[in-house]
Amino acid sequence: MSIIVEHVSKTFGTYRALDDVSLTVNDGELVALLGPSGSGKTTLLRIIAGLEIPDEVESSAIYFHGEDVARRQVGERQVGFVFQHYALFKHLSVFENIAFGLRVRPRHLRPTKQQIHDKVTELLRLIQLEGLGRRYPSQLSGGQRQRVALARALAIEPKVLLLDEPFGALDAKVRQGLRNWLRRLHEELHVTSILVTHDQEEALEVADRVVVMNQAKIEQVGTPAEVFHHPASEFVIDFLGNVNVFHGRIEQGKAVLSGLAVGDRAARSASKNAAASETRQGHLYVRPHELEIERYLNGSPAIPALVSRINPAGAFAKIALTTNEGGDIQVDLPLERYEQLGLQTGETVFVSAKKARVFTPDYVI
Amino acid sequence: MATDTKSRRATNDPLWLRILLIGLSIGFVSVLLVLPLVVVFAEAFRAGVGTYFASLNNPAAWRAIHLTLLAAGISVPLNLVFGVAASWAIAKFNFPGKSFLITLIDLPFAVSPVISGLIYMLLFGLQGYFGKTLAAYNIEIIFAVPGIVLATLFVTFPFVARELIPLVQEQGDEEEQAALSLGASGLATFWRVTLPNIKWGLLYGVILCNARAMGEFGAVSVVAGHRGSTNTIPLYVEVLYNGWNAPAAFTMASILALLGLVTLAAKTYLEWKVNQQLHDTLEPIAAEAIV
Repeated sequence: MSIIVEHVSKTFGTYRALDDVSLTVNDGELVALLGPSGSGKTTLLRIIAGLEIPDEVESSAIYFHGEDVARRQVGERQVGFVFQHYALFKHLSVFENIAFGLRVRPRHLRPTKQQIHDKVTELLRLIQLEGLGRRYPSQLSGGQRQRVALARALAIEPKVLLLDEPFGALDAKVRQGLRNWLRRLHEELHVTSILVTHDQEEALEVADRVVVMNQAKIEQVGTPAEVFHHPASEFVIDFLGNVNVFHGRIEQGKAVLSGLAVGDRAARSASKNAAASETRQGHLYVRPHELEIERYLNGSPAIPALVSRINPAGAFAKIALTTNEGGDIQVDLPLERYEQLGLQTGETVFVSAKKARVFTPDYVI
Repeated sequence: MATDTKSRRATNDPLWLRILLIGLSIGFVSVLLVLPLVVVFAEAFRAGVGTYFASLNNPAAWRAIHLTLLAAGISVPLNLVFGVAASWAIAKFNFPGKSFLITLIDLPFAVSPVISGLIYMLLFGLQGYFGKTLAAYNIEIIFAVPGIVLATLFVTFPFVARELIPLVQEQGDEEEQAALSLGASGLATFWRVTLPNIKWGLLYGVILCNARAMGEFGAVSVVAGHRGSTNTIPLYVEVLYNGWNAPAAFTMASILALLGLVTLAAKTYLEWKVNQQLHDTLEPIAAEAIV
C-alpha cells in the first residue's frame, strides 16, 4: 500500500519538529528515514502511524493507498508499529503478546481460538522463536524481544509496517544480524515499511530508498547509491559517513583548495551558475577512500601532510594526517597500497584527490 | 589476595560489625514491635478464653468492629479510584497546577490528623460554615458515620496515589501506545495493559491504605465526639481503657492487631507472589541466534 504525506508540519510548543514535509512511499517499498536526533524523523513516523497529530494546515494530508487517513485514530489505520524499546507487554507471555492484536478485536471480527493459535505459531516460526511462546519478555534477550515486537505488529496483518529505531538499543553484532533478517523478511512479505534510524550504515544497507532528514526538513530522497554517490547537499555528504572538508575557492570552473586543484565535473557544475571568470568561495568534500597518498610530487596537485597515526586493522588502512596549516586529513588506503608504500608515522607525504565534490554557498547577486 | 582462598570482596565488613548491625536491628524490632504485640495478645487472654469472648459478646464491641470495617470499606475503594485517576493524570498529562496537585496529595501526611478532624468540625459542625444548611436538611455529618468516613478518607488519601505515581511515571505510555496501535480500544488498553502493569503497586497501596483506615485514631476521635454509637475499634479501645476495663480494652486491641496482622500477611503473600512471577523461569535463555 502506498503512503503519501503532503505538507505536514508539527510544532511542539515553540519547537518546530517538522516543517512542511511531503513524501511518497511506493507500495511494497522499504524506506529509511535517516537523520540525526532532532531532525524530525521519528515525529514523521509517528504522524504516519497516527500516534501524533500534525498541525492543522489547509493543504496537509496523509493518504494510505489514496485514502485520506489524517483523521483516523491509530487503531483504525492498520499499521504495525515497532518501538525502539520494544514496548512488549511485560505481564503477558510471548505467545499472548503476539496474540494481543487478534484478541482485542470486536467479537464479530475476532478469529477463533484455534485460528489465533495457528497464526501465533506461524509467526513464532517466522521470527525463529518456536518453543519460546511461554516465556515472558523479561526472559528474552534484546534481539529476541525486538523480534517478538515485530511479530506482534505483523499479527494484525498491517498494511504498513513502521519501525522506530528498531535496532537502536541492541549491540552491534545483534544489530547486523537483525538487519539482514529484516531485509529478508521484507523480501518475503513485501509490506510497505518505513524504518527510522540515525545509523547511516543501517539505512544504506536495508532500505530501497533513503530519506535524509535534517532540522525538520527532508534534505534528499533517493536510492542508497544515489544519496551516497550524489549527495544533494553538504549535510547529506557529511552525514553519510566520514568526509574530509577543504576550504577554498573556485576559479574559472576549477576548484583551488589549499593547494588541491580539482577540475572535475562536480566543480564545474557547482560553478555553472557563476560567470566562468568569477571567483567564489567553496568547500571541497572528499571521502577518505577517495584520497591517494604519494611519496613524491608527480606533477598533479597535492597537499603535503604529516602522517600522525596509522590503523591498519580493517579492510582499509586508516591513515590520519596533519597539514602544515594544522588541519586533519583522514585517508583510507587499500591494504596492499599501504604495504606497498611502507608508510611510517612522522613522515611527510603528499595527498591528492581521485574524486571530490564541491559545494558553494547559495549564489547571491 | 591469591593466598586467601575465600574471595574477600571489598564490601566484606568485619564480623563484629555485622553482628552488631544485625543484633541492633533484631533487638529494636523485638523490643519495640514484637514485644508489644505479644503483650497485647497475652493481656487479652490473661483472664482466660472465656472472658475474651465474653468481652467480645457485647453490642458496643460489635458496633465498633462494624463501624471500623465500614469506614475502611468506603474509604479504601474511593481512594483506589482517586489514586488511579490522580497517578494517571500526573504521570501522563501536563497541566497547569500539576506540581501543586502533587503537593496537595501529600497534605494528609504533613498535617496532624487532629487538625483534619478540627477542619471538618469547622466546616460541617453545627457552628460550622455549612452546619446550618446541613441541619436544615437534617443531614448529620459530625458525630455521625459520614464524619468518620470523611476523616478516614482524609488521612488515607495519599496512600494509593503515592504508591502509584512513581510506578506509572516509570512505565511511561509506550505499552499503551502499542496496544492502541494493535487496535485495542481505550478501555481494553486500560484493563489489559495498564491495570496488569500497576496491579501489584495498586494492591500494595490498598493494603497500606486499609491498615491506616482501620487504625486511624486522631482525626476520627475529633469528629466522633465520644458518643457510644460512633466508636471505631481504636476509639473503643481508649474508652474501655480509660474506664479501667483493661481486659476488654486488650481484647479489642487484639482484634485490631489481628486485622493488622492479616493485612501484613496479605502484603507478604503479595510480595512472594510477585517474586515468584518474576523468577518463574522455564529454562536458561537460549543464546542469541538469528541466522
